[in-house]
Amino acid sequence: MNETIGLILFVIGVLFDLFGCVGLVRLPDVYNRIQASTKCVVLGTTFLLLGTMVWVGTASAIIKGLLCIAFVLITSSTAAHALSRAAHRSGVPLAEGSVIDQYADDLQGEPGYEENES
Amino acid sequence: MLTMEFLFPVLTVGLLVCCAMCLYRIANGPLGSDRMVAIDILGTVVVGFVAIITAVSGKVYLLDVALVWALVSFAGTLALAKYLVGKRLNE
Amino acid sequence: MNQSDYKFKRKPAIERLVLFALSLVFWIMLIWPVTSVDGRLLTGDIAVGIVVAAFVALIMHNIIRVRFVRLVNPVSWFWAFVYLFVLSYYVIKGGVDVSYRVLHPRMPIRPGIVRIRSILETDTGRAVLANCITLTPGTLTIDVTDDGVFYIHWLNVLSLEEEEVAKQVLRRFEWYIKRIFE
Repeated sequence: MNETIGLILFVIGVLFDLFGCVGLVRLPDVYNRIQASTKCVVLGTTFLLLGTMVWVGTASAIIKGLLCIAFVLITSSTAAHALSRAAHRSGVPLAEGSVIDQYADDLQGEPGYEENES
Repeated sequence: MLTMEFLFPVLTVGLLVCCAMCLYRIANGPLGSDRMVAIDILGTVVVGFVAIITAVSGKVYLLDVALVWALVSFAGTLALAKYLVGKRLNE
Repeated sequence: MNQSDYKFKRKPAIERLVLFALSLVFWIMLIWPVTSVDGRLLTGDIAVGIVVAAFVALIMHNIIRVRFVRLVNPVSWFWAFVYLFVLSYYVIKGGVDVSYRVLHPRMPIRPGIVRIRSILETDTGRAVLANCITLTPGTLTIDVTDDGVFYIHWLNVLSLEEEEVAKQVLRRFEWYIKRIFE
């Protein structure tokens, strides 16, 4: 029984990982790719860790799996925040068809911010 | 069990395809920031890989590897983000 | 009250003790099967853990300030427990939503960066809210300013009215986080 539930969780996790990586290849600019990474891949890895917890089923595996899930959730969202902020600050433009960029509007007056040339 | 012996190679191949897509984006991302995003995702995928290896081999201490890998990948991404800002801004 | 100029009462001994206890709990979680096969405690492991936790409590005291009053409040623990389920619902919904947009042949995305003002006032609350926004459907926090303005990259901009945007993205978490952290 545990093995069946674990296998189902593994399959869901690998599918989400695949969708996230397809998004990494298909989506048009850096910010959209970061979105795909922090949603799909993190969710897939969480499901894989949950599957491992159910599959192994000992107390130490469950505790370490929960710690791992907490770390992956916290660190990946923080890393996504840092990467997107750094990309915007270094002048990576938004993709074609973007609706609005209020961040660039507000950053115009700040010292040290260079408008990108493209 | 048949499903287990059949399914684990399939799962492994799926994760290898994920790694291949990340490597594609690392190889010809148009900008540096695209490559950095791909490196970040590769770290997270490897954590999932370690989870599957833990389940196959039944050795729980491998989850420590996953934990440390997540932390080290996070530190590396933060360093890359700092570098990306420092290229254009003198902060 | 803003947390950055919040003056902690000078009770370094208790703060250090809380930090020491948290570090020790973390260590014990990492080495979990505390009893070995014959039921004897692993005294060596726990002794090393005590040394390391004391070291952390001594060194990191100025960096990590634990507001231990918050840790013993059962109301905030209850809301944190409820919030866990709300957050996991939104995380799964976010994954499914982004997968749908990625796999759709025409990719129905409408990206843009919008500006939202939050009602949260402490730094901890803002940090947690930023992380939660990043994990939920189609939104990604890019920057948070000192006076509580969030810049959010939205995968599918539905509206440009500030109130409407805030209702769609922010308000569903603020209510819980205000009860947990403030």
